[in-house]
Amino acid sequence: MIDHEAVIGLEVHVQLATRSKIFCGCSTRFGAPPNTQICTVCTGQPGALPVLNRQVIEHAVRMALACGCTIRHRSRFARKNYFYPDLPKGYQISQYERPLAEGGQLEVWLPTGERSRVGITRIHVEEDAGKSIHGAEGGQSRVDLNRAGVPLIEIVSEPDLRHPVQAAHYMRTLRGMVRALGVSDGNMEQGSLRCDANVSLRPVGTTRLGVKTEVKNINSFRFVQHALEYEIARQSDVLRAGGVVRQETRLWDAAAGVTRSMRSKEQAEDYRYFPDPDLPQVVLDPAWVERLRHTLPELPDARRHRYVEQLGLPPDDAAALTREHELADYFEATVAAGAAPRRASSWILTELLARVSDARDVARARVTAERLAGLLQLWDDGRISSALAKQIWPLMWDSAEDAQTIARREHLFQDSDGEVIEAQIRRVIEDNPQQVAQYREGKQKVFGFFVGQVMRATSGKANPQLVNQLLRKLLD
Amino acid sequence: MTDLGASDLAGRIRAREVTAQAVTRAHLDRIAALDSTLNSFITVDAEGALASARQVDQRLERGEPVGPLCGVPVALKDNLVTAGIETTAGSRVLRGWRPPYDGTVVARLRAADAVLLGKLNMDEFAMGSSCESSAHGPCRNPWDTGRVPGGSSGGAAAAVAAGLCAAALGTDTGGSIRQPASFCGVVGLKPTYGRVSRMGVIAFASSLDQVGPLARTVRDCALLLEVIGGPDVKDSTCLPAPLQPGSLQQACQRRELKRLRVGIPREYLDQGGLEPSVERAVREAIATLAELGAEVRDVSLPHTRYAIAAYYLIATAEASSNLARYDGVRFGPTLPGARGNLDQMYSASRGEFGAEVKRRIMLGTFALCAGYHDAYYGRAQRVRALIQRDFQRVFDGGCDVIACPTSPCSAFRLGQRLDDPLQMYLADIFTISCNLAGLPGLALPCGLCDEGLPVGLQLLGPPLSEATLLGAGAAYEHATAWHTLRPPLDPVTS
Amino acid sequence: MKITHDDVRHVARLCRLELSGPELELFTHQLDAIVAYVTQLEQLDAPLDGSEAPDSETELTCPDREDEEAPSLDRELLLSQAPAHDGEHFLVPRIIE
Repeated sequence: MIDHEAVIGLEVHVQLATRSKIFCGCSTRFGAPPNTQICTVCTGQPGALPVLNRQVIEHAVRMALACGCTIRHRSRFARKNYFYPDLPKGYQISQYERPLAEGGQLEVWLPTGERSRVGITRIHVEEDAGKSIHGAEGGQSRVDLNRAGVPLIEIVSEPDLRHPVQAAHYMRTLRGMVRALGVSDGNMEQGSLRCDANVSLRPVGTTRLGVKTEVKNINSFRFVQHALEYEIARQSDVLRAGGVVRQETRLWDAAAGVTRSMRSKEQAEDYRYFPDPDLPQVVLDPAWVERLRHTLPELPDARRHRYVEQLGLPPDDAAALTREHELADYFEATVAAGAAPRRASSWILTELLARVSDARDVARARVTAERLAGLLQLWDDGRISSALAKQIWPLMWDSAEDAQTIARREHLFQDSDGEVIEAQIRRVIEDNPQQVAQYREGKQKVFGFFVGQVMRATSGKANPQLVNQLLRKLLD
Repeated sequence: MTDLGASDLAGRIRAREVTAQAVTRAHLDRIAALDSTLNSFITVDAEGALASARQVDQRLERGEPVGPLCGVPVALKDNLVTAGIETTAGSRVLRGWRPPYDGTVVARLRAADAVLLGKLNMDEFAMGSSCESSAHGPCRNPWDTGRVPGGSSGGAAAAVAAGLCAAALGTDTGGSIRQPASFCGVVGLKPTYGRVSRMGVIAFASSLDQVGPLARTVRDCALLLEVIGGPDVKDSTCLPAPLQPGSLQQACQRRELKRLRVGIPREYLDQGGLEPSVERAVREAIATLAELGAEVRDVSLPHTRYAIAAYYLIATAEASSNLARYDGVRFGPTLPGARGNLDQMYSASRGEFGAEVKRRIMLGTFALCAGYHDAYYGRAQRVRALIQRDFQRVFDGGCDVIACPTSPCSAFRLGQRLDDPLQMYLADIFTISCNLAGLPGLALPCGLCDEGLPVGLQLLGPPLSEATLLGAGAAYEHATAWHTLRPPLDPVTS
Repeated sequence: MKITHDDVRHVARLCRLELSGPELELFTHQLDAIVAYVTQLEQLDAPLDGSEAPDSETELTCPDREDEEAPSLDRELLLSQAPAHDGEHFLVPRIIE
């Protein structure tokens, strides 16, 4: 029984965050009424011609640089010819022989800490097609061309992925990058991040690629994993039964949890690519490309490394913080304002995230990073305890005031006066002779009871370390 | 009034010697009298034309400024997109299409206060050299209505020759302005590729198509090119070099050709295959150029004989892609057989293409097919580069202008060439290389053949040399009388 | 190479042209003659190294525009020219996935 390994490559389409479409000035805003963001160009009217949106190239180059690709200073648009009702010109303007970028790589981290390198074959620019809506009355389909002409980049990976989980994390990595770069909002559910997977099996230890199938209609990270798991199992069953995998395109059916063959696409289309004669070659100034390279923001992976190596954060915290760049930005602002990194990260991942519905909203949180730093500094300075901090925190949310003001007004500063605490402790000891006896007999757990009593008597404000220290002294 | 040229009319209207409305009415009357025979117009917009003319007259009355084409009646080949006016590209596939916009050249004509009379007949989607493949029936040559006017801008050439409009705009992809101009005895200019915007030109072959004027005189062509030409941000292949206003008309004041070096390609004139009286007329014209002071010399364009093959692969490949948008979804007539399933929709809507268009779409698709792509389309592009280099060498090597025939023959009879498409293609030999190389080309009337039909002389120049071509043409025109000949049509009171 | 009926059928399918029996016959014959003619390009020593014309230094470079929204065309105006629409969408016969 031969052991097989899966070989996976992903083709990811990213919708670019531009105001207007790639070849015309129509808006790219999501969710507009059908056919209200269209013009002669994006509806392929006779005589209409494309004019390139320069922001598209800038976004594409920045993403390519972030992926370590080689940028082609002269690239060309090419026509991909096929017939479909939501493809107005009967061809898609894409890139073929001379794409914008080639030959990069990404590092993919798994939660286990495992790292793997995934090669990027190419990144090219193209336009999106419109949408066909099926199942209308009278056996017709409806065509909405709002999306036709929205700019995309296609990122093609080498077949370097081996596990569905790894593939899902590759997608997450791409998402983090496009969001950190501001190149796209990377939303799989809304379709601004899409992926088609190519998957095949081969005997472990061999290098020749097996027959691959293409899996489409995957629209979440979870489905990337599930669809690939299913398809790998399916192909494995075929091979185990002595059969041969058929090269075909399959659709992921999330409801049923299976992939289905797309019969209509069985014949490979001949796209007859040729350079688009309506668009001269795209020429990039090498100096401009270099400037873009130097102004790239720190990417999520680099950030995560830095948080672990330089700021001493636990890897899980670092990973959680860098999942959304807004969260990482907030964290860094908090540290910049004087908070200790580990305390800040811990607080953000628990107390802050509990208060926002979406991690991306922290930038607009009522409590700013500076204010949070103020709170954490009080704690660091010993002026409040963690318990008191947790009392002050909700008040900061309500009033948007700083921690110091609130603590002063509500008398929430820690009591660190040794004499006062000692007096309290003595009173508690006096009032609880039974427990004192139990403690002296060796029941260590009773200590907690005394701590609780002292804290209660001081309305939680006694400095816990002092309480512990003095209590031990007086009990022992 | 229908015998005066565009510049002449503009001047008289501006001087208020004659009203724009009178001029327009005269042309509309002449169309009504003659065009049922000629069939050069597909759509006549009498209402719109008279309304524009009235506006021009009113502005002149009020002493307000008017554009350089004020009141001049111009007609447009039907592949030029006109807002609200039916535009069909000579095809059933677009019948009833009222475009939602004006193409750039149309907008520029309007801005210059031209009066747009209507849309002119053409070979379907500009594919043809005889105007016989139009869905609206063939157009006829005013010189002999049993003959073709040439194509694909046959309607434009015929209308100008018959005095139905003062000037016209056509398009030229492989000779479609120059050949019909020659067949009908008028002047036709194909500008340098990129000189005039293609936004609003229904595409045939994107890397070859150019809009250009047809008129009775060289100066009228110059005036029209000044109005329609120049940079356009809406066409990414349009050259950024600006057109100096007045510069081309200025060039038309030339009267002699001293120091003009004229090359005669031996592959064009010394290979035989020309109708004898056509060849004679062209040689006499070249002799006239020499008399005017030009230095005539022998030059060579060695890759000439591959031009037609290269053209018919590149042009049809681009066309097969450009015509994919005619799929029955967003424009075109509602067809009964189109609603069953998707395949039926495609076959019904695209079944409306004529035979020549289908043939070229298939040839172009074939040229791009996997397995053939490099041997056909790829090779053709490399040959194109060789042809471009041929011209570059000739012009760099001490030649200002190339002179040659426009067509190996004069206007042939209707129906004569329909059975052998390849034969039809081979006659493009003198015009096609110019499109492949993106060069400007001017066709001028230079005589009559033995049958009394017009013959055209062609002048080709390096990129952006329209001023030189027009100057040479003007000097030739001034020294000859061919441009004053008129086809023998029934006289109409004007 | 000789163009066969199958070649023509394949090409016609790619460009969505439905040919009648006589059309298939005629076009096969005509395309065969034309392809035979254009095949003479083989005679030239142009090397077969990729179908794209070389990028030239003198060739025009792609102009571009600012990323600004421009007003869209009126939906009614565009839909009114379509063979079938429902006031909001273009309508096509059912697409079977």
